[in-house]
Amino acid sequence: MIAELGIAELGIAELGHFALILAMFVAAAQVILPLVGAARNYEPWMAFGRPAAVAQFLLLAFAFGSLTYSFVVSDFSLAVVYQNSHTDKPLLYKITGVWANHEGSMLLWILILSMFGAAVAFFGANLPPTLRARVLGIQSLIAIGFYLFIIFTSNPFDRIVPPPANGAGMNPLLQDMGLALHPPMLYLGYVGFSIAFSFAIAALLEGRVDAAWGRWVRPWTLAAWAFLTGGIALGSWWAYYELGWGGWWFWDPVENASFMPWLAGTALLHSATMVEKRDTMKGWTIFLAIVTFSLSLLGTFLVRSGVLTSVHAFATDPARGVFILILLIVVTGGSLVLFAMRGPAMRNTGVFQPVSREGALLVNNLIMTTAAAAVLLGTLYPLFLDALDGGKVSVGPPYFNTVFIPLMLPMIAAMAVGPMLGWKRADLGAAMKRLWLAFILTIVTAIAVWAVASDGPVLAMVGMAMAVWLGVSILVELTERIRLFREPFASSLNRLVRTPRASWGMTLGHLGLAIAVAGMAGAGGWKQEAIQTMAPGDSVEVGGYTFTFEGATEGRGPNYYLTQGAFAVTREGEPVVTLYPENRRYPVRSMPTTEAAIHTMFTGDLYAVIGDPEGTDGAYVTRIYWNPLVVWMWAGSVIMAAAAGVSLSDRRFRVGVPRRRKAPAPAAAVKA
Amino acid sequence: MPLDQTRQPPPKRLLFLLPVAVFGVLAVYFAVGLTKDSRRLESVLINTPAADFQLPAIKGRANPDREWGLETADFKGEVTLLNVFGSWCIACQVEHPFLMQLKQTSDVPIHAIDWREEDLDAGPNWLKHYGDPYALVGDDPVSKAAIAFGVTGAPETFIVDKQGVIRYRHIGPMNAEVWDDTIYPLVQELRKQ
Repeated sequence: MIAELGIAELGIAELGHFALILAMFVAAAQVILPLVGAARNYEPWMAFGRPAAVAQFLLLAFAFGSLTYSFVVSDFSLAVVYQNSHTDKPLLYKITGVWANHEGSMLLWILILSMFGAAVAFFGANLPPTLRARVLGIQSLIAIGFYLFIIFTSNPFDRIVPPPANGAGMNPLLQDMGLALHPPMLYLGYVGFSIAFSFAIAALLEGRVDAAWGRWVRPWTLAAWAFLTGGIALGSWWAYYELGWGGWWFWDPVENASFMPWLAGTALLHSATMVEKRDTMKGWTIFLAIVTFSLSLLGTFLVRSGVLTSVHAFATDPARGVFILILLIVVTGGSLVLFAMRGPAMRNTGVFQPVSREGALLVNNLIMTTAAAAVLLGTLYPLFLDALDGGKVSVGPPYFNTVFIPLMLPMIAAMAVGPMLGWKRADLGAAMKRLWLAFILTIVTAIAVWAVASDGPVLAMVGMAMAVWLGVSILVELTERIRLFREPFASSLNRLVRTPRASWGMTLGHLGLAIAVAGMAGAGGWKQEAIQTMAPGDSVEVGGYTFTFEGATEGRGPNYYLTQGAFAVTREGEPVVTLYPENRRYPVRSMPTTEAAIHTMFTGDLYAVIGDPEGTDGAYVTRIYWNPLVVWMWAGSVIMAAAAGVSLSDRRFRVGVPRRRKAPAPAAAVKA
Repeated sequence: MPLDQTRQPPPKRLLFLLPVAVFGVLAVYFAVGLTKDSRRLESVLINTPAADFQLPAIKGRANPDREWGLETADFKGEVTLLNVFGSWCIACQVEHPFLMQLKQTSDVPIHAIDWREEDLDAGPNWLKHYGDPYALVGDDPVSKAAIAFGVTGAPETFIVDKQGVIRYRHIGPMNAEVWDDTIYPLVQELRKQ
């Protein structure tokens, strides 16, 4: 039984509830005063935006903190605590339980939204006052939609009378470190795109977009993109080790919901570069900013409304769906109408030939948006068909793989060439000539792969070859840039050191993708699996490794019972490692979980899962996988996210502080 | 740069309207999608007959006239409910008073699977303590029958029609609202077939 909670413990939640409602009123004032002030050019009203944004963030931080406190002290008079927690749960998972449910995660969502608003207020001293006022007003307008949504359909501070004695527990699949960090990362990404969105709307209201605007939008987009990249990678990693099927991407609607903003955000990142450096593609960039954040909202709608079913959807509720749909229509529909009215007036001054750095970035944009549209179509197709009474279908990996992979191959091919091209006008032939080494190594890789794994899928070979093509061409570009072997080494080294961090960001980001592509090709193409019943002493050979089952033992953990199996792995008689997969049963919730045992090596992962007992002689159902190169995928993702961080640290556009210089930078930035 | 909308040629304006139009179509689909309940067909086993299973009775409920405590044949001939519970399941305690009330007030037989008990006495003791609302109870420590119904957690309640076909699954505790709005109307409908 639990200790009785006193009035003070119970009252904390009441204060949190009050802070949440108060924050909504602050938000309302933050919409009206700055926006009206900006329209009438009335300085004091515009200035209200900054303190209001900070106040909103502090109030929400208090509300979130008080909900966390209620989880920690197990205040089961709160419905959300009762439904998702239990006194037996480890403290860490009591805390992560705050956002492992619909209500708490929405509170986290809006907390992050207000945090970004406060960040604009804090770093935005140099912004033109009207632009800053409008950005903060729009940011707060989005927030109001979410405040209403939380308070009226998903209030985390709702009480149960009388309070139950103990909680219903948390889905054991969610009691995991990887998944605990996954939502905050993902939301930092999703919600981070709201800044680009607010800047886009503010620019439409202002009627102007210039290089300074691009310099502002790009770092925020880059930061959001880095978090989203990390969040997606973390989610995929979680699915890989926790679901126990050796897979890492399932094209599930929930995964697609995070992947679509990533694709659109990647396009936005590249088109914002063109606005910043070349004063072109302004209307398109604004459109992408709207689309990227809208896809984040759409993801929320799909996951929480119940219009699509998914293996890991939140508890869904059509009433919530109606609310988010209205929000989506107001935010996306409203901004697209504004875009249709004001967008045509955007003037681009930078002109360019099709073969140029701009042209290459445009190819990136076209392919990325096409890919996002293809994923959107596949994700929504079951909904379209159901709405037309065409019956229930589900669109699976075959569709997505068929559509997505052919789109990515030309993009990777172009990615190698793009950075070699100069702005405005470039010589494609000369760029290709400089890539002779990459071309030869690509062919050599293809032949080598064919020789070693001629029975594998062709796609894996093509993927490996493309990864080499991209990786080598990036290194070629880097050596060209620092004029290695053409100038004395010291001079090259000096150039290397003086390379701007933004350039390093691009080089590392593209290199990260090359490594990730190699991982995906290997893990997707050459994965091997064996599912069988094994008695102690039985062996099975997978991927050239021999797995010998040494039996299983029963035991118990802090809040679960477990079966632990032991597999001795050898390769050509030499012992490699012993794997101990577990099968856990949580008494509070009925769901069992599998804890796969994974041994990660440079060349691939050894992956073992123990299932249910079979018969009485100590035999168990076991699943053994060989996942080649899978760690490259996570490593590549981490490098991509880190590359964005490197780029962000560049002096030229450190978050928020674009120095006002007397001599404007564009001329210097144009040099290729 | 000042706004200058007069000199734009019309085709470009139409291009800028395209996103609004596409989004409008999407929004209509979403609105229609919301009116459909995608959860009703969530389990792949809905509208399929329950696979064959036989479970022993839980302790203290053995009946000398019956070989098994609960088996597939028990779900044929009339519309029945199947409730999945376990003594380890806190949400089942929440649901239980309502099931006791149903026993008094309704004429729908409720069978049960006592699921994943670690101890053979735990389920029977739990029913002794909280009351026993069930017609037949099978003991299923290793998820034999649970697989036949596609159980994913407890408590869950299934509606099985006269032919033994699984027609509906309710996930989580049952209460008066669920009963009045969903389960009982569906039972009535199935009884007419």
